[in-house]
Amino acid sequence: MPPVQHHIPEDIVQAYVSGRLPHAFAVVVAAHLSLCDACRATAEAQEALAGAALDALPSDAAPDADLRARTLAALDSVEALPREAMPIPAPAGIYPSAVMAELGGRPPRWKSLGAGIRQTILTAGPEGSVRLLYIPGGKAVPDHGHNGLEMTMVLQGAFQDITGKYARGDVQVGDPDLEHTPIAMEGEACICLAATDAPLRFNALVPRLLQRVFRI
Amino acid sequence: MEPEAIAGALSPPTEWLIAVRDRRDRAAFGKLFDHFAPRLTAMMLKSGMTRAMADDLVQDVLLTAWTKAGQFDPSRAQASAWIYRIARNRQIDHLRRERRPLPDALALPEEADETDAAQTLALDQEARALRAALEKLAPEQRQMIEQSFLGDLTHTEIRERTGVPLGTIKSRIRLGLERLRHELKELR
Ligand SMILES: [Zn+2]
Repeated sequence: MPPVQHHIPEDIVQAYVSGRLPHAFAVVVAAHLSLCDACRATAEAQEALAGAALDALPSDAAPDADLRARTLAALDSVEALPREAMPIPAPAGIYPSAVMAELGGRPPRWKSLGAGIRQTILTAGPEGSVRLLYIPGGKAVPDHGHNGLEMTMVLQGAFQDITGKYARGDVQVGDPDLEHTPIAMEGEACICLAATDAPLRFNALVPRLLQRVFRI
Repeated sequence: MEPEAIAGALSPPTEWLIAVRDRRDRAAFGKLFDHFAPRLTAMMLKSGMTRAMADDLVQDVLLTAWTKAGQFDPSRAQASAWIYRIARNRQIDHLRRERRPLPDALALPEEADETDAAQTLALDQEARALRAALEKLAPEQRQMIEQSFLGDLTHTEIRERTGVPLGTIKSRIRLGLERLRHELKELR
């Protein structure tokens, strides 16, 4: 597999590490870190700094002696617990574990948007949404974000627009002002993980996507 | 098991965590508790938790460290960075009632060899230098870094990052990181 060409900007990696990235984007970052050693190293360097900041905090806020005793006493019962109450799903096929977790450990249940394009909404909330998109080779990628930030990562196949070619692992961080029409490259269908912070309007969404699709 | 060459050469919390990982050493766990519990408490309180919630989470984080110690790889992280990650994960799971998306786990080396030992030592030294550099920062910059990593978990307004200049907090963090990087270069 050729190395990843399009990475997560460092400020977004930092927002992820510090836990301040909205969930939808955190899914994309976690998926990218799974496939990109360079960005994983950036994240772990940020964690080193965070750890240094934690270490440098004053140590005078002593927890009560009782907490120490209770924690040490709990070691035996913790040892007896199963490894993980809610196991994190393993990666499966093209889907990293962060995506499998959103899928609840099951394969995606695709909904047709017409023209061979399919989607699976993973999460949608007031802070943003993340979905999987399936675009047959040669078709335009539906415009999934409106006046918000978009992050699109390729899981399978590739797409191309004026800013370049995006293959497995590559992330496009979309500027809402950027006029671009990504097209899935010929061959294998393109499967993308797409997050946006624009609210989803379920009723309006499908017709708008179809409009877009039928323009091609 | 870490090769003998580096035993005793690493930062004490990292040594304790290795002892917990390799020998289920309860005395070492007690030391980890004494070192991290006050700092984690300060972190939880900074992010707006009540004292009772903070106590619960501090216990939770340290017990998680005990059960997951087998995943600790000192050639990639010092104890402080590893504990930080667990603490943030648990805070997010708890406060947002959602599972934080995590990258795929990397396979751990079967047996640490000489190369790992050298890497572990180099990483530990670099992290110590980073800590020293952090302490040399102007209080304002240090506070920005603290606020960013240890403060409350309000969502970053990343929408602003496109087109709009970064806010002052972000540019200060950047400035702080840049200065840290330069400090580190000089120390190398
Ligand atoms: Zn990357």
